[in-house]
Amino acid sequence: MLALYSNPKWLSVARAAVERLTETLGFPIAQCRSITRAVDEALTNIVRHSYRNRPDQPIAMYFRRAHRRHGGQVQQGLEILLCDRGPAVDPCKLQGRPLDEIRPGGLGLHFIQQAMDTVEYTRKGLTNRLRLIKYLAQANSALREKTQ
Amino acid sequence: MNISTRRNDKTTIFDLSGDIDLANSPKVRDSILREIRECHTPLVVVNLSQVRYMDSSGVASLVEGLKASRDLGSRFILVGLSTSTRDVLQLSRLIKVFEVYDNEEQAMAS
Repeated sequence: MLALYSNPKWLSVARAAVERLTETLGFPIAQCRSITRAVDEALTNIVRHSYRNRPDQPIAMYFRRAHRRHGGQVQQGLEILLCDRGPAVDPCKLQGRPLDEIRPGGLGLHFIQQAMDTVEYTRKGLTNRLRLIKYLAQANSALREKTQ
Repeated sequence: MNISTRRNDKTTIFDLSGDIDLANSPKVRDSILREIRECHTPLVVVNLSQVRYMDSSGVASLVEGLKASRDLGSRFILVGLSTSTRDVLQLSRLIKVFEVYDNEEQAMAS
């Protein structure tokens, strides 16, 4: 578990932690980068939209192994849960914008959805919970070996 | 993240280094837009060769620079994209809208 405040200066710390974790779990380099980017963009959304750029609000990140049955085999993965105490998010606003528009903004959700296998938002009590999961490709057994 | 600037009469080169994220992209945006809108520099080059990471707010800053330069009839060029910055521009399908060169020499010769 990693607890941080909503000050953007902590984003680089969170990125470093996620990048090291994904490397250690055996994700390919390109996926380490994309998972790290997805988490960074999700944290950025919390800071900007949930906390309206207030720098002193709590964010909690939880990491755990995930697994699923896929193609008759058990596929290992990483689950990341991001929790904040901002106002509830309108699920309609969790859609990425069309990429054929040349304009700033609205790309973060697209990066998250492109990187992760599961992106799931729920509201539990006063907490927003964003659950992100990435599974390791069958061919790469490093995660299985390292986590057994 | 650090921004340094080199200027001659027709060109300004921004040398960016470090990570561009929510903590510092407003500074990048403001520097670029000021150069384009207030100094009316005909050619603005953004050197990203020392940028290790760029998030969507960094991309947005570059898009704003591109739009401002188009509005004023100047050129806006990106050089020295790392794998990470190239990834993010490709993922957003914006790499095609920017004028991109491998290095400063190629940009100047273009």
